[in-house]
Amino acid sequence: MKRRALADRADVLGGVMLAPALIYVTLLVGVPFLLAILLSFSNATAGSLRFEFVGLRNYGAILRDPIFLRALRNTAVVAIGSQILVIALATAAAQVFRATFRGKRFFRFVLLLPWAVPVSLAAIAWTWIFDSTFSVINWTLKVSGLLHGWLYWLGDPTLALFAIIIVQTWRIFPFATVIVLAGMSSLPSEILEAAVVDGAGFWRRLLQIELPLLTPVFAVAVLFGVVYTATDLGVVYILTGGGPANTTHVLPTLAFQRGILGADLGQGAAIAVFLLPFLVVVAVAMLRLARQTEVGGARDESP
Amino acid sequence: MSRRKARRIAKRVGLYAAAIGLVTFAGFPFYWMLITAFKQNRDLYVGASDTGHVPWIFNDPPTLEHVKLLFTQTEFPRWVLNTLLVVVVVVGITVVVAVPAGYSLARLAGQWGQRMGMGIFFTYLIPPTLLFVPFARLVSLLHLQDSLWSLILIYPTMTIPFCTWLVMGFLRSVPWDIEEQAMIDGYSRLAVILKVAPRLIVPGILTVVVFTFTLVLQEFVYALTFISSVDKMTVSLGVPIALVRGDVYHWGALMAAALFTSIPLAIVYNAFIDRFIQGFTVGAVKG
Amino acid sequence: MAGIEIRNLRKHFGELHAVDGVDLSIRDGEFLVLLGSSGSGKTTLLRMIAGLEQPTSGEIAIGGERMDGDVPPRARGIAMVFQSYALYPHRTVFQNIAFPLEANRTPRAQITEKVRWAADLFGITRYLDRYPRQLSGGERQRVALCRAIVRDPHVFLLDEPLANLDAKLRNTARDDLKRLQRRIKTTTVYVTHDQVEAMGLGDRIVVMEHGRIRQVGTPREVYENPADTFVATFVGQPPMNLLNEGDTLIGFRPEHFLPRRVFGADADLRSFPFTVRRVEYLGSDRYVYGTVPAGGGGSDVAVIAELPGNVAVEIPEGQTQEFAVPRRAVHVFDAETGVRRGK
Repeated sequence: MKRRALADRADVLGGVMLAPALIYVTLLVGVPFLLAILLSFSNATAGSLRFEFVGLRNYGAILRDPIFLRALRNTAVVAIGSQILVIALATAAAQVFRATFRGKRFFRFVLLLPWAVPVSLAAIAWTWIFDSTFSVINWTLKVSGLLHGWLYWLGDPTLALFAIIIVQTWRIFPFATVIVLAGMSSLPSEILEAAVVDGAGFWRRLLQIELPLLTPVFAVAVLFGVVYTATDLGVVYILTGGGPANTTHVLPTLAFQRGILGADLGQGAAIAVFLLPFLVVVAVAMLRLARQTEVGGARDESP
Repeated sequence: MSRRKARRIAKRVGLYAAAIGLVTFAGFPFYWMLITAFKQNRDLYVGASDTGHVPWIFNDPPTLEHVKLLFTQTEFPRWVLNTLLVVVVVVGITVVVAVPAGYSLARLAGQWGQRMGMGIFFTYLIPPTLLFVPFARLVSLLHLQDSLWSLILIYPTMTIPFCTWLVMGFLRSVPWDIEEQAMIDGYSRLAVILKVAPRLIVPGILTVVVFTFTLVLQEFVYALTFISSVDKMTVSLGVPIALVRGDVYHWGALMAAALFTSIPLAIVYNAFIDRFIQGFTVGAVKG
Repeated sequence: MAGIEIRNLRKHFGELHAVDGVDLSIRDGEFLVLLGSSGSGKTTLLRMIAGLEQPTSGEIAIGGERMDGDVPPRARGIAMVFQSYALYPHRTVFQNIAFPLEANRTPRAQITEKVRWAADLFGITRYLDRYPRQLSGGERQRVALCRAIVRDPHVFLLDEPLANLDAKLRNTARDDLKRLQRRIKTTTVYVTHDQVEAMGLGDRIVVMEHGRIRQVGTPREVYENPADTFVATFVGQPPMNLLNEGDTLIGFRPEHFLPRRVFGADADLRSFPFTVRRVEYLGSDRYVYGTVPAGGGGSDVAVIAELPGNVAVEIPEGQTQEFAVPRRAVHVFDAETGVRRGK
């Protein structure tokens, strides 16, 4: 009996091929991740090698800090607000792009641009669009008679947050559209035809058949959308820098300001750690939704 | 029957209206970038409260002065070179590490390979805005602060998890047959991996390259955290942060830079979008 | 209840003529089967009746009313059962059956009543609260039928509804289906590639090939008087034997091809020396595979004989015996066109 050569051992080969990735991820993601959590319980700074445990002092400090609490609220508002808009826009866009019409490729190209552009460049472009003196949006609104005063977009706390939500929505909805489109085309056509034969009109088909069956797809899109939005630093940093007067900070920008610019690694880590429950809850919820609906009813398995 | 026909026409009109609306929303910032980049300053810096002047069109003939400024009086060309350097090295690292890992998990690891793949994917969800805190410490310890090598070291933490998962998902849609046939024909497993598999995964490798390329080009947080000298910046960092003279933003040059960076990216994205989504959704929805 | 008139119907997909000039009159209340292999156009024809595909040219009228391109399926008074059943996986059986009624804005109380009636009819009342994925194939099929019947359609359209069931279930399902149709007397158009199913179910069978109708007739007509060689060899298992004779093709069915000595001495027969190659013993029958010499030279032609179990003649393999066919059971076809010439 021929001995199994090393070149045939699937487990050895598999291990060797997997090892670099595993090592990299463990050393440079896993360890820093744990380190981040550890740091949040310390008073470390970036400059020195000092590291002492201070227990929950950082957490206590930020939970008493109104700026932090506001940042926490803003993060949630921006993430959830933008995703609601994204879902609505993506569904509409997916409907539009499912139909065939002339110029579709051009439309698709333009629709994908917001997602292709680097976040920071998009942010700077929008900063220019929202500029207090030169804003094209203000001009257009004024000329069409919809605006009577003036909108100081990035100078007003509420307007600035609204502007941030717009930019995030703009950035993410092409990506969500593509995911929804892929999901729609994987729906068995016979089910949709059955709905047509059964007499359901466009809206009933959409709301009672298609969208419920697309729940797992939406779940994935929302999961990514929330992750991309809640953890994003670029848009807020460039648009408002967290201002005016720290009113539009989100957790990432505040963590950056305190942890990196202010060199207080402990506090920076503590602030950033608050992103985690957010992400975990959303990830678990969405994955659960994704597994719930099976389109397995159409196949025949048992006698 | 004409009521039905009327309804059909109305539907068509509605469709086009929606398409135009959505595309306008998605695209007008780019149009605005385009105009700003080539407008003369006196056509550009007109207060928006002046409703007599239309900002959406060229009121004076377009000019190349901003582009010239961008390429001759700013560090933009330097940033492009920096970015390219980082891109090439990180793409290299990612392909070498992630593709075999993805293959291993898809073909050689069986049941727990699936779980591990999911696990690796989840590390992609750990946000840079959490990891940058310990990384700041690490980077200063290694004396890599303000150096492109810090980025070269850190960027793979984002690309490797996602690309491993991409390759895994891609391989799941490529049937085993050809590789199995090769093994029956006498190749050892190792030979199969080295000789037969690469040709099959080429599209997957391509997607990895494209994704890594776009990710490096788009990355902002780590660049902002680790790089401080203007001559070491990448495009994504330099343009919004350093294209400032004193307190004044040179909007013309800024928009030109944004435009020149966005267009190649957009073209690349468009070419690969279908494959990208395939890899994405296969893993997420079925995984 | 309605009849269907189809006149010169065509459907072209670019170069491909899926349906190529079909004229058909479907009588009110009949069970009509569209029989053909895949690509014959039978499913496309069904979908055009349903309104899911628009004809390239030609007319369809249901119940006397012309169905133009913009008459949607729901306005045609039809119900359809798809091959995959197309049940809504996220709705219970009750909600699945109720869906067409809801779409029609039927009052709630009436919906419940109708759903229960339909479920009763098909014996699936106890599954009303379950989801499709919890049911077996046969049960899902019955749910699909319930959903179709609940709208009191004028026409039932069925697209190979038994194809996904295993063989044993198919027979009972076939029986149930036919008895139901006899009871409610709704015009039914049924698509299948299985000629046994077609023969068993159809009041009339429409044999289709390459988008055209080859023959329309009762099962008996189609079997005993096939219009051309395609119908002759498609219907009937094992297929009819065909032999060249000059400019004609003669055909005879395997069950008529028996050892000479089985027939009476003065029977009007045509005889052939039959070289037996192989005998299959199948319980109720024996299939005998062999060759007879070709009329007018040329190589031997493969021929099958089907001997019922009660014919106890010895058939040794490798030997030649005299076999015969009653002359009245011999069909004559034109060798070039395949069309029947008479007997």
